[in-house]
Amino acid sequence: MIESMVVTPGWYMTLAAVLFLIGAGGLLLRNNALVMFMSVELMLNAVNLTFVAAARAHGDIGGQMAVLFVLVVAAAEVAVGLAIIVSIFRSRRTASVDELSELSG
Amino acid sequence: MVELVIFALMGAVALAGAIGVVRARNPVYGAMGLMATLFALAVFYVVHLAHFVAVVQVIVYAGAVITLFLFVIMFVGVDRAEDLTEKLPVQRPVALIVLVGVVVLAGALVVTGRFDWVIASGEPPVVRGTIEEIGENLISVGPPSDRQASRWLLPFEATSLLLIVAAVGAIALAFYRPRRKDESPADPDPGPGS
Repeated sequence: MIESMVVTPGWYMTLAAVLFLIGAGGLLLRNNALVMFMSVELMLNAVNLTFVAAARAHGDIGGQMAVLFVLVVAAAEVAVGLAIIVSIFRSRRTASVDELSELSG
Repeated sequence: MVELVIFALMGAVALAGAIGVVRARNPVYGAMGLMATLFALAVFYVVHLAHFVAVVQVIVYAGAVITLFLFVIMFVGVDRAEDLTEKLPVQRPVALIVLVGVVVLAGALVVTGRFDWVIASGEPPVVRGTIEEIGENLISVGPPSDRQASRWLLPFEATSLLLIVAAVGAIALAFYRPRRKDESPADPDPGPGS
């Protein structure tokens, strides 16, 4: 029975969906800016897995190209986002998003 | 059969790492969990013959991004216990409702067959994501009439612009210091690094 089980792209996409949901849960439920950031990275990587699985399912290299662009954008996002977190921490001594509520009315 | 074993093992690693990111009290453990997930995904990319993407994943993500995260976690301080109580009154229940709603919606879409298009019918051509293949897709320009040959060229150039802007922005943020007029040189409480 196990020999007949073929791992289809749908399996990978399901796994990616679960990873995405875990990341979304972390983003919504944690309040440390760093952990929220890592959850965003998790969501981006889940999407990357979907892209690569779709690239194989359709025989189109465009999926892998999309992953590379997502990687570049994620790297830029991490550089700027962590710089923002560091500069907030320098002036406020906290990385918790709950204490950064000056903009709310 | 081999792919099934790889999928089971690496899927378990990826899920455990992801749960570690979300649940770890100490952000350093969270970063380690994220790294485990990234390595597991790199193995999946190799299974999908996306070798170049897998290598880039390990170098850029597991190498650079996680290191950057660890630097900032160490800088911000890991000994500070995170206050896990929610201050926004309805955030927790609304978040759980949204997550459960997404799961239900996704399940409904799968059951009704709206996702059938993601699996190509028949046997698709095998795509090998070698470095030559990726490079040709990125920057090869054919004759001007051949739009297909250069379809990734403009996004490629745009990413270089994005990276420069991000690097300059990060440096500007790192150097920025709000300084008041009446601040004396001998500030009794200089911030860290100033």
